[in-house]
Amino acid sequence: MENIISLKDIVVEFEDGEKILKNISLDIKDKEFVTFLGPSGCGKTTTLRIIAGFLEPTSGDVFFDGQRINGVPPHKRNVNTVFQRYALFPHLNVYENIAFGLRVKKVPEKEIRKRVCEMLEMVNLMGFEKRSVNRLSGGQQQRVAIARALVNHPKVLLLDEPLGALDLKLRKEMQIELRRIQQELELTFIYVTHDQEEALTMSDSIVVMNNGYIQQIGSPTDIYNEPVNAFVADFIGESNIVNGSMPEDCIVEFTGKRFRCVDKGFEPNESVDVVIRPEDVKIIPEKNAELTGIVESVVFKGVHYEMCVDSADNKWIIHSTKACPVGSVIGMTFDPDDIHIMKKTEDNT
Amino acid sequence: MKLKYFSAPYLAWMIVFILVPLLMIAYFAFTSDNGEFTMKYISDVGQYANIFVRSIWLSLIATAICLVIAYPIAFILSRMDKHKQGTMLMIVMLPMWMNFLLRTYAWMTLLGNNGIINHILGMVGLGPVKLINTSGAVVLGMVYNYLPFMILPLYSVMEKIDKSLFEAASDLGCSSVSTLFRVVIPLSMPGITSGITMVFVPAISTFIISRMLGGGSNLLIGDLIEMQFLGNAYNPHLGAAISLVLMVIILVIMTVMNQFDPDEQVLM
Amino acid sequence: MKKLGKIYLVLVLLFLYVPIFVLIVFSFNETKSRSVFSGFTLDWYKRLFHNRIIISSLINTAIIAVIASIVSTVLGTLAAIGIHHMKKVPKAVVMNITNMPIINPEIVTGVSLMLLFVFFAARMNLEFGFVTLLIAHITFDVPYVILNVMPKFNQMNPHIFEAAQDLGCSPVKAFRKVVLPEIMPGVVSGFLMAFTYSLDDFVVSYFTSGSTSQTLPITIYSMTRRKVSPEINALSTLIFVAVVIVLIVKNAIENKAAKKNGSYRGN
Repeated sequence: MENIISLKDIVVEFEDGEKILKNISLDIKDKEFVTFLGPSGCGKTTTLRIIAGFLEPTSGDVFFDGQRINGVPPHKRNVNTVFQRYALFPHLNVYENIAFGLRVKKVPEKEIRKRVCEMLEMVNLMGFEKRSVNRLSGGQQQRVAIARALVNHPKVLLLDEPLGALDLKLRKEMQIELRRIQQELELTFIYVTHDQEEALTMSDSIVVMNNGYIQQIGSPTDIYNEPVNAFVADFIGESNIVNGSMPEDCIVEFTGKRFRCVDKGFEPNESVDVVIRPEDVKIIPEKNAELTGIVESVVFKGVHYEMCVDSADNKWIIHSTKACPVGSVIGMTFDPDDIHIMKKTEDNT
Repeated sequence: MKLKYFSAPYLAWMIVFILVPLLMIAYFAFTSDNGEFTMKYISDVGQYANIFVRSIWLSLIATAICLVIAYPIAFILSRMDKHKQGTMLMIVMLPMWMNFLLRTYAWMTLLGNNGIINHILGMVGLGPVKLINTSGAVVLGMVYNYLPFMILPLYSVMEKIDKSLFEAASDLGCSSVSTLFRVVIPLSMPGITSGITMVFVPAISTFIISRMLGGGSNLLIGDLIEMQFLGNAYNPHLGAAISLVLMVIILVIMTVMNQFDPDEQVLM
Repeated sequence: MKKLGKIYLVLVLLFLYVPIFVLIVFSFNETKSRSVFSGFTLDWYKRLFHNRIIISSLINTAIIAVIASIVSTVLGTLAAIGIHHMKKVPKAVVMNITNMPIINPEIVTGVSLMLLFVFFAARMNLEFGFVTLLIAHITFDVPYVILNVMPKFNQMNPHIFEAAQDLGCSPVKAFRKVVLPEIMPGVVSGFLMAFTYSLDDFVVSYFTSGSTSQTLPITIYSMTRRKVSPEINALSTLIFVAVVIVLIVKNAIENKAAKKNGSYRGN
């Protein structure tokens, strides 16, 4: 597949010297659903604004379909944006909001009608044409914003935390709907969110960002199962992260005990981050266990129980379908391939 | 005690000093000295058609100029950093706090035949040019005095327009010019209409500006009314009739303006 | 584009300020010339302070503005309470009449009051002067107070009055403790607006004052009708300086209040 958008060595520095992006390079493939994921202030929205053209990078190049587009104003770029709080035009009704881009381009009236109707159908808003956008629910406004962008047939749709203002149930529905639209129209979607679950559900690939750097790029399963560093591991789902060291290949030592693992290639006794997902901690009888702890709290989470276990220097989060009573002592163990070993990164978090 | 009775003193005041006086204008306009109904004074107003036309024309020009000058200013102000906006707005509005007689007097001394402008023109060998006592001077006076009335409502509407709407327009293919016509102007329409009324009403009814800057030859409706009540031409019936016609003209113009101001629209 | 905007802003500010600054400069001019500055003097200021008419009309203006704004604040606040509790139709009628003096040209308000006062003068012992001026000022002041206070009622949570009573306040105490603080900002800004409009008014005063009681704007008007006198320039300078000081103080108070609120939110 071809790259539709490429960013090369993008740096963004504001007038006051604050660096928002510190050297971002990234290729986005055509017809992919890509998500920029990271905590607020990580630079994901800034990256999106650079692609849209609202912001010029301090240095670095932006390529669209192989052509350098630095300096091309937003209205001449073949991308459209769904804004964070929709930015619908309050003086126009639903129909006119969607038709806006086509009217600007002086598309014939007949074609405008046809394309707007297609969009209304696609986002399930037939019959709302005349409605003022101020009298729509949040979910409906969201649909108008998506239709208004897509009616222009952009090659790339940029979505800036579009579901942030919706309640949970509506958000789930819209996630599925967005994914359907993207696959139906075979477009490239670039989606910005801080919600890791949203990113895992919808994306073909995820770009995890923090503090102006890209931390990891990969498919949702890669990123979940093979986080490259402790930040990614912690940000994508809950994780138990403890300090450890690698005395030899396939052996890791943490909490004073040795465990078998599958990673190799570290310096002898190199200190590492050990990451274990809460659902990968196995509860076993205390007497057989290398590692024991006291259950501090139990919370029912619907499909599983979440337990907090105090063990010497560390607190462990455990997800299990069985609950152990608070105050009881339990043993813990891990399968070798559930223990993820990560090099300590110099602190760019 | 019911809370609505708190308004009783004001209601009495309102009836005696707002409602009754306005009804008296209507009464005087349609009656003669001995209290009989007559259309004489209303029809007499027709004799002053030229003054009405001049007033409407000059105040329309002044309103248009105010709009053209104020629009970019209001836009620039509304897009400044938030903490600068307050100070800048104060600087723009400050001259309005001077009594408007003094502001008009300032132009009287500037434009006068011995004024500083003619003095400078004389030094470069031009002039003296007749600046004061012209209709141009009257329009200038109106623009100078009422410009802030145009800036303020425009600014307060534009300040509420979310910046992301401009980005959305640009994202959907608008150049800055088409963003202006498709987004900024439609969204600032309420400010435009209230700015126009706030300039037009005082401009069409002024008698100070025309007297101080227009000399005797540029009488406006305001002068005409003033002359009927405090001038040599003392005739309150005719004065009331003219006032009534003036109110009707303003009512008509405001109704027309309201057509451009869809009230169901709520600014976000 | 940004630069162009700045240049434009500066040009408009020049248009607004140059006439005032010329006025100020010539208030220090030795001769009466309006175009040639021949030497520095403070004579016009001295004359101004010895001008009985100006001083007495200044005092008169202040007295009228103070009384009119206090009376209209009380009248207007009570009115706002009452109007807020009216039914829809009477409310709309009253608000429309209240808006009249604001929408109508000042000259119409002035002339209509003059007609009323002439009518009374002929039948009762009423003379044009202090009383008529005061009535006229209160009449055009009250609507501004009402328009400032009404929105505060509309913004107020209607249940706080009930909540206060639920917590043991008598209705009067509940009003004082809960409602009054809520509407106070509107009352204060209504008062200040009424006060400045009263200070500044010329047109309505012009039609409703007699020869016995004049306000400063009327005195200024008669001065501009007569010969040129740089005393007016001196007066303008003093008024300008006063306005600048008032606005700077006002701005400082507002900034302080904003900062205070900000820090509360921060905690």
